[in-house]
Parts: sequence; structure tokens; C-alpha cells
Amino acid sequence: MTTIEIDRIRCDGHGLCAELLPELIALDDWGYPLLKDRAVPPAVLAHARRAVDACPVLALGLKQPAQV
Amino acid sequence: MIATAGRPLIFEGVPGPETLAVHRKRLGALPPAARRSDLIGILEASGLQGRGGAGFPVGRKWRSVAERAGGRAVVLVNGAEGEPLSVKDRSLMTTRPHLLVDGALLAADAVGAEEVIFYVGAEHHAARASMSRALAERKPDFGRRRLRLLQAPTAYVAGEETAAINFVQSGIAKPTTTPPRPFERGVRGRPTLVQNVESLAVAALIAQYGDSWYRGLGRGSASGFGLVTVSGAVDRPGIREIELGSSVAEVAEAAGSTGSALQAVLLGGYFGAFASADEAWDLPLEHAGMRARGFALGCGVVSLISEAECGVTTTSRIMAYMASQSARQCGPCVFGLAAIAEATARLSARRAHGDDLERIARWGAQLTGRGACRHPDGAVGLLASALRVFEEEFVAHQRGRCLRQLARRAA
Repeated sequence: MTTIEIDRIRCDGHGLCAELLPELIALDDWGYPLLKDRAVPPAVLAHARRAVDACPVLALGLKQPAQV
Repeated sequence: MIATAGRPLIFEGVPGPETLAVHRKRLGALPPAARRSDLIGILEASGLQGRGGAGFPVGRKWRSVAERAGGRAVVLVNGAEGEPLSVKDRSLMTTRPHLLVDGALLAADAVGAEEVIFYVGAEHHAARASMSRALAERKPDFGRRRLRLLQAPTAYVAGEETAAINFVQSGIAKPTTTPPRPFERGVRGRPTLVQNVESLAVAALIAQYGDSWYRGLGRGSASGFGLVTVSGAVDRPGIREIELGSSVAEVAEAAGSTGSALQAVLLGGYFGAFASADEAWDLPLEHAGMRARGFALGCGVVSLISEAECGVTTTSRIMAYMASQSARQCGPCVFGLAAIAEATARLSARRAHGDDLERIARWGAQLTGRGACRHPDGAVGLLASALRVFEEEFVAHQRGRCLRQLARRAA
């Protein structure tokens, strides 16, 4: 399954990801993302892609499962 | 020193810096190239695990680098030793520099390295001086390989392996995002073996005496030996050479503790965990057994906490240090550790806000896995153990009372 990757050094806590992908991302007390689950179910994949595109510092990414 | 099967080990013999002549007399010449050709296999068979903290199998690490190296690998000898309670690495570098050079040379041969970098904590003056002398003397042994001695900045994370590589390249000893891991792409994109100094010294002894010799040491199901640094409520703090699997009790008794009036033991340093005295006393100091009980040998720190010491205050001091040592790159680490340190300081001072105790537990649980490196993970792992072992004391402090202080007044 596709997974979410966060580059913790790049992330500045803008918080758009939690708005666009509340199914998988919440924010901590300082506005930094808390992943509920790294795996992205197919049903929310479109939301996940929008969140990745919206991140102003390109800290969010999706990783495809390794090809067998 | 706990004797280990009659063989000369790291600290046997002269107490000060060992000259090359004495080193050779004590441990013999480097094994011939023929016997070294399968050193990686020998290390794998020995079961040696890394002594920097993570306990990763040494042979497997060398193989991962060797498979990718093509003769262009880099060996980074990690003597940063930023852990405040550990002194074994600086002592090893100060007093047994040639054993370490042997280990670094063997590693460079085995993985196919064209450069060897000694990375020694800037504050470890005697260690740097001793390594500098030894390397000047041994330079011919490195042949055409580039050889460097660099000062690691005085910072807890400077010894983290990606931080060490970053420092070599950019002068900034801060961790980088992984992957790539150093064995894939490290210094100048080369496969890089980052190995703690004790691991390299022990590897040199295994090269000399063989894997079955090493496996023959150790108690119970554990194999091998290692260095631990004993501190805290003991008469004779310092470094002990132990067979792995020796109990905390043996180490504590050898350092002059009877175990009476002992409250807890900090195992593995600031990246480790507190154990109650009852849990710790018979605990074997070895990787697998400790892991199974939720502890880690880590860099071999055994620090004894007396009955009189306030666990909340001790925890507060460590959290303040860990927060101050954040590389300040990742938000959760910067803000989370600072907030935990402040709330723990308020608890320690018995001026807690209404929900400080609940909040540090929640923040701690949220921090794991949320940094580029494992600095926050280490800090909150220690915090979680403190909240468990010193639970009663934390609850009392939340209510404005210190049980240790009350006990002193009653006495």
C-alpha cells in the first residue's frame, strides 16, 4: 500500500496537510503533523495527493509500494 | 576488572597510553592478510554487536558497506562520545590508541575503503592527543589511503552517524534525513562505515583470537565482553570490562555498592531507561536479554540512583539537557522537548501547572519517530521509564510535595 513520508527537517508546521487529509493527519500542540497511520487506503489517495501538492515546503511525499 | 578467560583484553596491563611496542608485545602482530580475508564472516559468526548505542550487528554492517564499496568506501571511526555518563570511549582512545588503529585498519581492508576518518570529541583532549600521536606513528600502515583526524563538536547529537557524515562534508554536525543510510551513501556519496571506537577495538581482538574465542566469553546465553561506565551512588565509579551477561549487581558490587538504599538504576545513558532497583539488580547486562525486558545496553552506562535522590529532579535535569541538545531542525523535537523540559522543571520545583504530569506523558507518547534522527525518541523513552519507575514521586510533585524531602525531615 502507498505510504506517507514526512521530511521532518523540511516541515515547518504550516498545517495544510491536516486540513486536506484529516483522515490520516492531525496536528500536535505546535502545529506539526501527527500521523495516525502511514498507510494510505485507496479511498483517501486523492486527498493524500492534494495534501502532498499543497505542502508549501515540499515536506510531504507519497511512497509507492516496492515493485515485486 | 572482571577477568575474562585469561586472555589479555582491552584494559589489561599498563594503565596509561600504550605505546606501539607494548601493544604489539601484549597482543601480537596484526593477523596476516590470509586470515583477514574472511574477517567479515568471522565478525558475523562472533555475534559482536555495536557499542555506540544501537547495538547493530557489526559483521552485517561491514558486509553492507563492502558489498557496495568497490574499493571506494570510507571508514568513519566514531569517538564523539557525547553521552554525559559514558567515559569508556575516550578512555579507550587515550590508553589503547594502537588497538583502535588496528581495528580501523582491519575495517578499511575488509570493506574496501580509500579513506579513514577518526572523529574524536573536541572535549576529549587526552584522547585526541593520544590518537594524534598514534596516527602519526602508524601513517605508513594506511598506505595510499587518505587519513584524517577530525574534532567532533561538543554536542549530544554530533555522534549520530548522519550528523558525523554531515560534519565531515559541511562542518555542520547535525543529522540528515534518511534514507540514504550511511552504508548506502555517506561521505561524498560513498558507502561509509560509521563505527564506534569500542566496536572497532573489539573487532581487532576478534580478528586476533577468532570468533569462537569471543563467543566463549559471556555468561548464560550471552556471548562476548564489553565496557561499561559505572556512576552515581557507588564508591568507585569508572569503567569496568565485563563479560556480557554479568548482572547489574556484580557490576555495582565491584564498584562498591551493596545495593542497600538503592532506588533505581539508569541503564544505557540518556538514551536509555530507568529500572527500579528490584528490576535491575539481577538483570544481565547483554543486548537480547535487556531488550526482552524493555531495556537496552546502549553505550554501556550503569548509573545507580540512591534512595535519597529525587527521581523527578534527576529526570528534570536530563530532560533539560536533552532539550538543549536538540539539533533544532525538526519542529516536534524543538518544541516538544522544550515543553517537556519546562513542565518537568516545574514538577521538580513543586510548582506544577494543573495538568503538567498528564501533559508530559502525552507529549512524550507523541514524539517517538517524529524527528530526522532518534534524539527525541531517546529522550521520551527515558521520560516514559521515569514516569513508570518514579510514578509515586511524580504524583507527589504534581501535588506540591517531595517524598524524599519529607523523608529527610522525618529522619
